[in-house]
Amino acid sequence: MTLLRVEGLNKRFGGVVAARDVAFSLHAGEMLAIIGPNGAGKSTTFNMVGGQLTPDTGRVVLNDEEITGLPPRVVCRLGVGRTFQVAQTFLSFSVVENVQMALIARHGQTRDLLARAASLHRQEALGLLARVGMEVDADRPIGELAYGDVKRVELAIALAASPRLLLMDEPTAGMAPRERAALMQLTANIAREQDIGVLFTEHDMDAVFAHADRIIVLVRGEIIARGSPEEVRTDEQVKRVYLGTTGHKAALRARKAAHG
Amino acid sequence: MEPSFLLVQSLSGLASASSLFVIASGLTLVFGVTRIVNFAHGSFYMLGAYVAVTIVPWLLEFDRSPWLFFLGVLASAAVVGLLGVAMEILLLRRIYRVPELFQLLATFGVVLIVQDAVLWIWGPVDIPGPRAPGLRHGVYIFDQRFPAYELFLIVVGPVVLGLLWLLMHRTRFGVLIRAATRDREMVGALGVNQALLFTGTLFLGAFLAGLGGALQIPRVSASAHMDLSIITEVFVVTVVGGMGSITGAFLAAVLIGQLQAFGVLIFPKITLVLVFLLMAAVLVVKPWGLLGRPEPAAGRAALPEGILHPRHFGRLEMALGAAALAALIALPVFADAYMLKVATEVLVFALAAFSLNFLVGNGGIVSFGHAAYFGLGAYAAGLLVTRIGLPMEPALLAAPMAGGLFAALFGFFVVRLSGIYLAMLTLAFAQIAYAVCFQWVEVTGGDNGVVGVWPSAWAASRQAYYYLVAVLSVAGILALRHVIYAPFGATLRACRDSEARADAVGVNVRKHRWLGFSLAGSAAGLSGGLYAFSKGSIDPTLLSIPMSVDFLAMILLGGIQTVMGPVLGAAAFHSIKDLFMPLTDHWRFFLGASIIALVLLFPRGLGGAFAMLRSRAGQRRLAAVTAA
Repeated sequence: MTLLRVEGLNKRFGGVVAARDVAFSLHAGEMLAIIGPNGAGKSTTFNMVGGQLTPDTGRVVLNDEEITGLPPRVVCRLGVGRTFQVAQTFLSFSVVENVQMALIARHGQTRDLLARAASLHRQEALGLLARVGMEVDADRPIGELAYGDVKRVELAIALAASPRLLLMDEPTAGMAPRERAALMQLTANIAREQDIGVLFTEHDMDAVFAHADRIIVLVRGEIIARGSPEEVRTDEQVKRVYLGTTGHKAALRARKAAHG
Repeated sequence: MEPSFLLVQSLSGLASASSLFVIASGLTLVFGVTRIVNFAHGSFYMLGAYVAVTIVPWLLEFDRSPWLFFLGVLASAAVVGLLGVAMEILLLRRIYRVPELFQLLATFGVVLIVQDAVLWIWGPVDIPGPRAPGLRHGVYIFDQRFPAYELFLIVVGPVVLGLLWLLMHRTRFGVLIRAATRDREMVGALGVNQALLFTGTLFLGAFLAGLGGALQIPRVSASAHMDLSIITEVFVVTVVGGMGSITGAFLAAVLIGQLQAFGVLIFPKITLVLVFLLMAAVLVVKPWGLLGRPEPAAGRAALPEGILHPRHFGRLEMALGAAALAALIALPVFADAYMLKVATEVLVFALAAFSLNFLVGNGGIVSFGHAAYFGLGAYAAGLLVTRIGLPMEPALLAAPMAGGLFAALFGFFVVRLSGIYLAMLTLAFAQIAYAVCFQWVEVTGGDNGVVGVWPSAWAASRQAYYYLVAVLSVAGILALRHVIYAPFGATLRACRDSEARADAVGVNVRKHRWLGFSLAGSAAGLSGGLYAFSKGSIDPTLLSIPMSVDFLAMILLGGIQTVMGPVLGAAAFHSIKDLFMPLTDHWRFFLGASIIALVLLFPRGLGGAFAMLRSRAGQRRLAAVTAA
């Protein structure tokens, strides 16, 4: 079934058109990648879905409910988790407390003056950490972790909202190649197991072509191609504008490595 | 109203706008380059006036020519500029990288030192300045007389604006200033001599403040209160105009000058409230001021300055806490009346300081006007008792309500901002509350305040009142402490650590900050109410900037990283102040110097030192265990 439907999104910043008639849809359990050169409007599109930006025109519909222009906190409560290009965590908290905080927010307990925050939802938080393979480090300060591990914790925080849709803005930016593959594999597994839709932007073609079910190519705010990784990889226009010959070969390699 | 009258009114508004702009341009320039809001900018303004009333009459003895007058004014400004250089080299250089709160406090230390220096050099009596030769007459505009000097001042503002524009666009120094205002890191990376740039900027900034002060001497006498009264207005102008924007400061100064000139005709008593409404309206629509830009987000994630991880009490802390509690209960048995008075005040301030650190340390909300809620609580309680005749008990109930309500009102605007804008807005609100208490003489008793705020009969003895304060203060502190460990306190820390993440997990950041601000305000209000009954009186100093700074010094001394530090800080700060103040005429100097020393040498405070000792002892034990 259709989880997310985006219709005719437009956004201008002064004279720059960051998004023009962007439309796509996303099914539960599907991984949809938005790719394109720098300044193509990926993050803009992304932020319009996540509520960080309000589109000039167009609609964002989640599960038949319009969420256009709603603030991120409301979008979150409707079942959208997100991770950021530069990981955003609660730096003074321990790893497990970061997830506990997200659970406290999800259960609407943020204004509770009586309970002890440190003991709320600890088991559930540890469970989420176990899903991303971080339960061993649960009680370490998050500031001590390697960046790749912080990204995993961020995924656990996003999952704490028990989202139906995950928004991941360049999930592997700033990570080592081996960590990247592991994080994407983890995300893909979780998405399939729990029927979560994943919308992600990415510069790393390995990550995109290995794990995306469908790909959208944005150039200067417009969708120039869409389809399965195979279709996009062989699209002449995409090859010309974005991937180039070397990128085209890299995409083929990535696809083969992931799916044999 | 006659059109000619309106014209003259508007002209006098322009004259004050012009003076205000000259001073504000210096503050905004310095902020643009160094990112420090220089509290001592008002002190430079005051020094400009004092230096001018000293050297201008001396110069005029040679020849009463306008040229010598203006030479004297410029020379005074240059002297102040050099003082700015001294401040940059001796102090600011060391604090460019420390958090805003510490910068503001350190420059406020300079304010205190300058106040004492001025009293020491020029004495406590106001010094009138000479009138400007050649500009002493009045000019007739239609049928209204208008002082020629004011006309001259109207010209000064645009001239300074023009000269600054030329400096910024036609000289290398100016280009560097503009570049640094946009991106300081990049200017450094390009190999610009930053030390020279910063020193030069401080000279220019202090020069402009000194010029503003020196130009005032024909209009107002040099007095030791000029610094804090001007700094609030200048803060409002720079915040409304946008920090770092000179043109913005000019626009804002003209706007505020006109508002005051005409506001006086309509609401003679509450022009300040009009200015406040303007500022609030501008900040709601444009949070960065008319022509300001948002602060560029920090590139790297840094640990916030504040409570990182609220530790639970160990056995040692439990024992210490129990001992402290026992001492509190036993104190009246062996303490004399003086000690009991000091202990009562310490308890009152401990609650106020704790509530401030609830905001600063736990929420990352650096309030520079916490005394407002303390003072409003005191006024609510005091006025209910003296004017309405209520007994103490309901008045003490009203105090936290007043503090909380005003914190909710002001906080509605405050939580829309962050960082230095937030600090300046809290300060401006506090100054407005101060001005209302000061000016609304019929109700508040003005400068003298109100006396006769006494407790009910059962609590009238020193001992009984001490116990009452002890119970309420300790209860307040323990309740707030509990909230820090509760989900609400954790949520405030989460919002401080990462607004984007808090928002993305579903937290309404603004709303929680607003609730936290109101809660802290009501705790401060209770503390203020208790203070009013312990003193028996209320007066505007309870809401003044120095009071807010005292609270900040307490939490700084106690350590803003620790939960219980503020209590320690309040005890140490108040006892030391109470002990030393009667011994010296220069307590401001010592207080200022101590604040600066704290910021430079001891930024973690007493609580930080305690935590460090504990962890060292822990390591030593661990080392002993592993060795054995």
